[in-house]
Amino acid sequence: MAPGTTTMTNGINGDTILKVEHLSMKFGGLMAINDLSLEARRGEITALIGPNGAGKTTVFNCITGFYKPTMGMLTLQRRDGKEYLLERLRDFEIPKLAGVARTFQNIRLFSGLTVLENLLVAQHNALMKASGYTILGLLGLPAYRRAVDASIEKAKYWLDKADLTDRADDPAGDLPYGAQRRLEIARAMCTNPELLCLDEPAAGLNPRESAALNTLLHQIRDEGVSILLIEHDMSVVMEISDHVVVLEYGQKISDGSPDHVKNDPRVIAAYLGVEDDEVEEVIAEELDGGQR
Amino acid sequence: MTASTETGHPNVLAKAVREGLFAGVIAFFMFLLFVGIETYQDINNTLVWRTRWGLLAVFVAVAAVGRFLTVGFIKPHIDRRKLAKAKSGVLEISENKSFFHRHFLKIALIFLVLYPFLSLMIVGKQGSLKYVDNFGIQILIYVMLAWGLNIVVGLAGLLDLGYVAFYAVGAYSYALLSSYFGFSFWLLLPMSGILAALWGIILGFPVLRLRGDYLAIVTLAFGEIIRLVLINWTDVTKGTFGISGIAKASFFGIWSFDSGTTNNFVKAWGLSASSVYYKVFLFYVILALCMLTAYVTIRLRRMPIGRAWEALREDEIACRSLGINTVTTKLTAFATGAMFGGFAGAFFATRQGFVSPESFVFLESAVILAIVVLGGMGSLTGIAIAAVVMVGGTEVLREMAFLKVVFGPDFTPELYRMLLFGLAMIIVMLFKPRGFVGSREPTAFLKERKAVSGSFTKEGHG
Ligand SMILES: Nc1ncnc2c1ncn2[C@@H]1O[C@H](COP(=O)(O)OP(=O)(O)OP(=O)(O)O)[C@@H](O)[C@H]1O
Ligand SMILES: [Mg+2]
Repeated sequence: MAPGTTTMTNGINGDTILKVEHLSMKFGGLMAINDLSLEARRGEITALIGPNGAGKTTVFNCITGFYKPTMGMLTLQRRDGKEYLLERLRDFEIPKLAGVARTFQNIRLFSGLTVLENLLVAQHNALMKASGYTILGLLGLPAYRRAVDASIEKAKYWLDKADLTDRADDPAGDLPYGAQRRLEIARAMCTNPELLCLDEPAAGLNPRESAALNTLLHQIRDEGVSILLIEHDMSVVMEISDHVVVLEYGQKISDGSPDHVKNDPRVIAAYLGVEDDEVEEVIAEELDGGQR
Repeated sequence: MTASTETGHPNVLAKAVREGLFAGVIAFFMFLLFVGIETYQDINNTLVWRTRWGLLAVFVAVAAVGRFLTVGFIKPHIDRRKLAKAKSGVLEISENKSFFHRHFLKIALIFLVLYPFLSLMIVGKQGSLKYVDNFGIQILIYVMLAWGLNIVVGLAGLLDLGYVAFYAVGAYSYALLSSYFGFSFWLLLPMSGILAALWGIILGFPVLRLRGDYLAIVTLAFGEIIRLVLINWTDVTKGTFGISGIAKASFFGIWSFDSGTTNNFVKAWGLSASSVYYKVFLFYVILALCMLTAYVTIRLRRMPIGRAWEALREDEIACRSLGINTVTTKLTAFATGAMFGGFAGAFFATRQGFVSPESFVFLESAVILAIVVLGGMGSLTGIAIAAVVMVGGTEVLREMAFLKVVFGPDFTPELYRMLLFGLAMIIVMLFKPRGFVGSREPTAFLKERKAVSGSFTKEGHG
């Protein structure tokens, strides 16, 4: 570790859930992320924005273990104080141990399973344990049956929140696009995460679906789950996030409250690719128009 | 499009005539040299040729008329039926099924339990040998193998082209352990399954990080490696000679089926000597093994592990994002499938009394896989039907002596097995691209259990 970084044990103070330090990710000659540091606070919605190709999804893939970062440290602190170095965990251990769940930019549902089954698969680890790694479950012990009932209750809870109860027994692939987005979030929530990473959840939604999504995200935050959000739609970002980080070419160019970021000239320049005064106006208009 | 939906419409008929003529012309040139001309050796052993215009004309006529009928009448008819169906809004899976449909499984099971008695009653002891052994046992072995492979391919979506390797492990485990150590069938049956599962894990561990085509090729190679080891490790396996004189299974040690023993089944029951009793016994053993496979599969599908298998088939990356360890999940699927292959192998060895590497060639893997695909990946019923059609069909072929009358005395129908197999597959895949049973039963439901149409499920990609 570079000198100056805090030691692992108390590197994070209580209200920080995720701390990314000096993260770099190289693909061949391409520096997709270059020395990025950021923090996400517990119980808040942190937005990660930036132009196409800025490296947002790559940051997510590093956090959730799908990529091994070239350099850097990703520390996650759970509510009970336990800390996990995410870059050292394997991809499936990150949701399982560290409590980080994610969705994908291109929706990845189990399209041939029903909506309910999607939510049950998400509770795999809990159910596996309850079924004694299948062996006790085959015997149909009451403890396992109780766990199954509990898992269905939890699925029902999130079905209700995501407004999918009516479609519970339909194949996930049969849902309209907006419902698929909500289902993917509900599925991630069924893993009991403390940090939920959403990759462009509002992409392709119509205004009504988008509003439903905002409500769902607020409900999730109210349950005490922190959210890390990639989003292109500035109106969504400004409306729901507590804290915004702006990336460009793999580097952080701005970090702060939505208002701070909105008025940061570097952000305006980066986001629209030009640094004209007129552009600023355009942004302001867009923001006004997007507010409800 | 609109014109072709009405029969008798001049456009359709004109098109049919045109296409018919076209097909005739193509057929004429295609078959001109193959059918129109025949070479043969005359008395002086020189090769000469003669023409067969009549036969050629038949070929051309069949092609032309066939095409004419298809385009002019059959296709418009099918289109109209589809249109009518779409208009009336009747779904493919209709709610009110017939009695036979609803109770199909029970009826099938009762039939299977009664089958040996029915055959004994109808064709007598000697005739039953064929029906119980060649049809009953043979088909059930393939049902079991296909159900075992279904766990790997149909549920977990891992394309395994070397499944026969585990069948071989099971068969040789029984053959070797029983002839070297004299263990009984009922001890060795579970052991063969466990050994096969162990091999599944050993082979699976390095292989399962591969995906799709790569996995298929490597599993194929492993199947061949096992076979080559069996051929070349002559000290233990006796190579291509195989192992013969494998012990028969006993009735749980109470009655034996070996003649000359004191607790011989036939003697104990005062029956007249016949090998049919042993066959009937074996029939029930394999039936029980099949039921075990089905039961375990159905139970596992509703357990978290089974759901994880299916989720793996649908989307592996999403599985990992939900905290599912995909390596162990794949391994359990591989091992469970291998275990049933091992059971079937042990049974096969005791039934044949002889095993040799020849029984475990790649073709067997291909046939088992074909049964799984034809039946509809994941569907136990569909696979069982496919096994009956495919294996039973080839057995029926042997019976078709009348074909010799049509095609001449040299015609051996069994040799056309693979041709018919392929033809059947093409036909089924054309009309039922998802196999006989293309829909999937959900493993849990809130209000009602609706079958998931095959168009949503994925085949997996490794
Ligand atoms: N697996 C990979 N191999 C090589 N290059 C990659 C890989 N993943 C991402 N990149 C590159 O890294 C850069 C950042 O990509 P990333 O997907 O993170 O952008 P993004 O900010 O999510 O963009 P978008 O808004 O379009 O989703 C891009 O130039 C991309 O081509
Ligand atoms: Mg992206």
